[in-house]
Amino acid sequence: MSWLSPAKMTTGSGTAKSRHPLSNFNLKTPGPRRPRLNSRRISFSFPSFPSRIMSVDYQASFVGHPPGTSYPKLNFVEDSKVVLGDSKEGAFAYVHHLTLYDLEARGFVRPFCVAYISTDENKIMQQFQELSDDFSKASECLKTGNRKAFANELEKKLQDLEYTRNVLHNETEIQKKSNDKGYYSSVAIEKANELANVEKCIIEHQDLLMQIRNYSYKKTRDVDYFSYEPDNGTEHSDSGLEQLQNRDELCEKNNFSDRSYIPKFTKAKSAKCFEKKLKTLEELCDSYFFNQTLEQLRQVEKFFRGDVCYLLTSQIEKVLLQQQQTTSFLFEDPLLFTGEEQTEKEQHCEKLLPSFNIISAKVFEHPFLSNESTNCESYKSCVESVPIKLDQQISVENHHGTMADSIPCKNPLGTSDYLELEGKEKGSISSGESIEVLGTEKSCPAPMLLSKSDNQPNSQSQHLEVVRRKFVGTKRTNSEDSIEVLSTTESLIPEDLKPIYPNAIHEEEPPLEDEEIVMSTGLVQPDANLNHANRFSNANFENKTITLSVLSEPVDPSCCIGKESPHFTKSVPTFVTEEYSDEVVNVPPQRSKTIGQIFHSDYQQKDDGGGLHNTADQVFSACEKEYSDLPGNEETAQIPVDEYLDNMSYISASLCSDRTPSPALPTSPSKRPSGKRKKHSGKNSLWFIRQYSFAQQAIFSLLSGRTLVVVGEQEGKVKKLVNALSIFVPNYGRDADSVKQWITFPLHIDDLQTWKLIGLQRIASPLGTSMLHSLNRYSRYISILDCDNKTLRCPQYKGQLITRLADHRTQIKRGSTYYMHVHNMLTQLCSQAFLYTFCHHLHLPIDERESEESVTYRRVNFLKHHLGLMNDDSKIVQYFSELIKMHYLHEPPKGLNPVLRFNYIPSVVFKI
Amino acid sequence: MLRWLLGGRDVQEPVEKSLVLCLGDDQPKNPYTELQVLKGHSDIVRFMVWIDDIRFASAGDDGVVFLWNVQTGERLHELRGHSRPITGIALIPSTYHLQSESCHLLTASSDKTVIIWDLDTGSQIHLLAEFQSSVKCLMVIERLDVWLSGADKICVWNYNAELLCKTTCFKDADVSLMIELPKTNIAAVIRKELVIFKLVTSSESHTWEITEMRRLSNHEDDIRALITINDYTFATGSHVGELIIWDALEWTVKAFESQFWNAAPQSDKPAEIKISRTAYQHETCIHHLSSDGENIFAAIGTGIYVYNLQTKTVIAYQQVAHDSRVLHIAKLPNNQLVSCSVDGSVRLWELQELPPAEPATSGIFSMWGIGRPNKQQNQMVKRKLECSMLKTLELTGDLIGHSGAVQMFLYSKDHGIVTCSTDHLIIFWKDGERESQLRSKALFQQLEQDDV
Repeated sequence: MSWLSPAKMTTGSGTAKSRHPLSNFNLKTPGPRRPRLNSRRISFSFPSFPSRIMSVDYQASFVGHPPGTSYPKLNFVEDSKVVLGDSKEGAFAYVHHLTLYDLEARGFVRPFCVAYISTDENKIMQQFQELSDDFSKASECLKTGNRKAFANELEKKLQDLEYTRNVLHNETEIQKKSNDKGYYSSVAIEKANELANVEKCIIEHQDLLMQIRNYSYKKTRDVDYFSYEPDNGTEHSDSGLEQLQNRDELCEKNNFSDRSYIPKFTKAKSAKCFEKKLKTLEELCDSYFFNQTLEQLRQVEKFFRGDVCYLLTSQIEKVLLQQQQTTSFLFEDPLLFTGEEQTEKEQHCEKLLPSFNIISAKVFEHPFLSNESTNCESYKSCVESVPIKLDQQISVENHHGTMADSIPCKNPLGTSDYLELEGKEKGSISSGESIEVLGTEKSCPAPMLLSKSDNQPNSQSQHLEVVRRKFVGTKRTNSEDSIEVLSTTESLIPEDLKPIYPNAIHEEEPPLEDEEIVMSTGLVQPDANLNHANRFSNANFENKTITLSVLSEPVDPSCCIGKESPHFTKSVPTFVTEEYSDEVVNVPPQRSKTIGQIFHSDYQQKDDGGGLHNTADQVFSACEKEYSDLPGNEETAQIPVDEYLDNMSYISASLCSDRTPSPALPTSPSKRPSGKRKKHSGKNSLWFIRQYSFAQQAIFSLLSGRTLVVVGEQEGKVKKLVNALSIFVPNYGRDADSVKQWITFPLHIDDLQTWKLIGLQRIASPLGTSMLHSLNRYSRYISILDCDNKTLRCPQYKGQLITRLADHRTQIKRGSTYYMHVHNMLTQLCSQAFLYTFCHHLHLPIDERESEESVTYRRVNFLKHHLGLMNDDSKIVQYFSELIKMHYLHEPPKGLNPVLRFNYIPSVVFKI
Repeated sequence: MLRWLLGGRDVQEPVEKSLVLCLGDDQPKNPYTELQVLKGHSDIVRFMVWIDDIRFASAGDDGVVFLWNVQTGERLHELRGHSRPITGIALIPSTYHLQSESCHLLTASSDKTVIIWDLDTGSQIHLLAEFQSSVKCLMVIERLDVWLSGADKICVWNYNAELLCKTTCFKDADVSLMIELPKTNIAAVIRKELVIFKLVTSSESHTWEITEMRRLSNHEDDIRALITINDYTFATGSHVGELIIWDALEWTVKAFESQFWNAAPQSDKPAEIKISRTAYQHETCIHHLSSDGENIFAAIGTGIYVYNLQTKTVIAYQQVAHDSRVLHIAKLPNNQLVSCSVDGSVRLWELQELPPAEPATSGIFSMWGIGRPNKQQNQMVKRKLECSMLKTLELTGDLIGHSGAVQMFLYSKDHGIVTCSTDHLIIFWKDGERESQLRSKALFQQLEQDDV
């Protein structure tokens, strides 16, 4: 997918129905720019696709002088929405055409289009309604700004004309006075004509102004019209006010400038259009609205990241989660429900869900290449406009990851077996989004991939070659399509493309030219970051390459496959990347390199020694051991290898499924709990359950609502444990945060009410003793994990559930996978708790005569036989149920701590 | 546990700990499995009083009175008006024959004022500042619609805060305790003395008169506890452990027990006992008395004692019931005996019939005998048990939460126990099972409402 981003609002030449003008222009382009165009837009054998996008019907709407009227009439037309595709090139686009008013344009109308380009046709088709809604909103915003600017322009023009008229009038008067001959000189006649012209012009412009004002007024009353503005408000709730103020200031300034505007003398017959420089989009639109539009489009882009599968799944997930508000507070991301963006989008989801496969009829109604008869003048003006615009468009776009995009078009189909392999490996649809190496996009869900690889390590432990061959035959339905080719790029870049790749990167290096910067102000920052990310990922690739070239061939492939999927999936790209790595990467980031080296050395050793069975598991545990033995304060040093890999995958975007915006994008809210955090916790918990034999006991404490206190001397160590355990802590759902990473003061009883997981400092001082005394005092309510002595004091767990949840011999190797696994089981528990909570007869007698005992019996029976929960497992569900009840009843009242529920159960001390 | 926590560091546990009854975390008979901490006070919380089924007031040394909802733990009102610690609190129940239907609360403070509060609005109705010394106790006589304040003199007020009559000034000390006796008599404690007053009202002239009837000086030390047992009896307890049962009509001594729990040993070896007692200086002080009509429950030193009125003997006791002084004791309607102490714990006891077949009563014997070097005493106790003990007090549970002395507690059938403490906190102890049930009920009610 690629995205003609906000700044790339292209001035489609409305009349440029053929590629001709574009190519013409192309030839005219100043030297330095041409190669860039070529190198960057390789994905489309330039300029066919972009020009097609622009040439598609924009519903040419200008009508100079409609019959019956003597004045020009403004047409207020609806936008047109079109889907077009080029399967040969593997590009599909949703194109949104709109018209803006420009006083200097013919018919006062300038056509523009915004396009959403993806390699996946389905994505565009299935998300059509959404896309169209979002784009309409943005377009409406832009048009409003444009009307405002247009009205301003008209006013200025009117002033000019008035002034001109006065001047002319004076001149005519002078002429008249000086005329003693009794006949008018040709000069005088000319002047009179001019005056008449000007007057006509004035009337015309006044009429236009009235039209635009009336329209604005009419629109303002329209409810729909305003719908986008509140959205803006919510999206930027914090900055909204400010913006409004700015806007007011701006308006004032405008007014002021209006007042102080010094009219110029204008010639009635102005210069030909093509002699003039066309206004840029920014000039055409009120800046407030312009920026709003850009912001909206950015949001849209963000929202549509990911392949169809991911998008649909996440949309369904969100809708489903919304229906589960009774229980979802327990373990789901609370921000999922509070985020404005989310809620906004959820509305869309609802709209969209029922119509997954509906392709709007509109799409077909619109002729792809409908066109108006072209007028030479406008034609020219458009052509004139293109050079700058298109160039800008492309150069900016480039930053957004067209680089990889660019490869497939020259990609011979020969790579398709790689693709197949890749697809199979993933166990899911591989997406064309790999293009987004630069970080603009995430691709297919990692969990699927991982769970698959986890479940069938054997099937994967075949020789790489075999696997490859094996899957060659399995063709996908649409594998002939170039989409498929595109989708492979993430992992496989054929050798014959390698000169292009670095080239593309180099192309980004030259500093942007002034006008470009002006045009893409909003985007300069992200671009730079993306650039960076790109380099980083490449650096990683390089590192990986080294390893694998050492290990890969005869024995190791099985190892590669069998061990950890990230290794494998990442190992694939290296075949390619290694070859250009030296070209691309000059200085790889230092940190990653060192960690990489650690990893490599470890890995090699293990591999040499143990052969096939030395899987990454051991490597990891070895590494982790190493890290866990390090002094706890060095957080960075503690990042074990798979975390590092996670990071890598994150950057290279091959597996990441989370919705977190790329870190490179400055617009992304920084405080959002990221998938990275989840992964980190998941990985830590994985480490915890492997390292600590009493992990299950500790987890049971958390799941049954007993506060767990992690005591230790070193903050880093304690925090790591807290982090590892935090994924098992149910939320209270309200403002209370139930995890406290690190405290240095004695615990109080009310702390136990709010915090369910606490990291506590152990210090050898009077304060430290009093802290321990307080622990001793409340030992009934808490479980204590001593991370210095590796002991745990808590009630003994008797049950099966947590054995499955936290098996120290688990095959799961990746943090994010383990997180998913835990999440999955917890969700299951939540649904059981939901059932348990809302079964009427389990809690209340069916009739009056029934005794309390029989209800209790029924309850116990339900837990045991219907939910299959034995012993302590039912306590977990009961605790969840209690939380659900409190949540539903809005207990406790705001500002109060939740009640502390506990049991009188003796504790046992566990040691490793 | 502590030793384990300290990870082998040398920390000497207090030796006394071994003396105290230890109950593990396994407490099947303890129903209180849910607690809620109420924060608000900024100093010791000394008093709590029920207002109605769901409200209670708390007051303490910070001079602020809080009104709480016992169901949710919400703070309903914050009554600020006193500048010094509150010394007394009493509730005037809602009176229908007066204009106002809401409850009024009396609070006395060491700032020498008494304030009457409207509890529904949380506003101050009357501020009485004409006291020479701070009021130590307040008492409401409902049937007469008057209330009394006890300071250096006893004043009688009506509900509109008009002074009806007062006694003369007591020179040596202030009134510290008051109870109402039959026939509009009042018993007041002035240090060692118990003074009986009679409140006389003439319906014609609407005048009131309070006259001193008698001074009873049977106690050797300051009287610490004064309770009504029934219409015919009341009891007092003194600092040195004298317990006197009085006839409420005749004001005569029905029974006098001085160190009655030591009666048997005293005759044998009094000297040794005294030695063993030196560690507990407050041991004999009667801190609190309560009664259920049949028995008197006394909090004496660190122990709790059950004294039967009919047999006039101690039928059960626990000499070291807590680590420290027991401050409050009461028998709950569910037959549980609850005691709270300076050590910050609340303990639940069950009064059990002694099984006749079991001769040794090893439970109690071993429990309180642990660590005592004196074999003689053990034997004495054994003898005592044989002769007088009829029941045992079994520890069924303890509530740990406070980190300071638990001053007192309130009990309600519906809401469990509320405790207040020196650590500025108030804690609700609720029956978790019951609360869970109630929540379920509320849940389904809510669901029904939502459906409609």
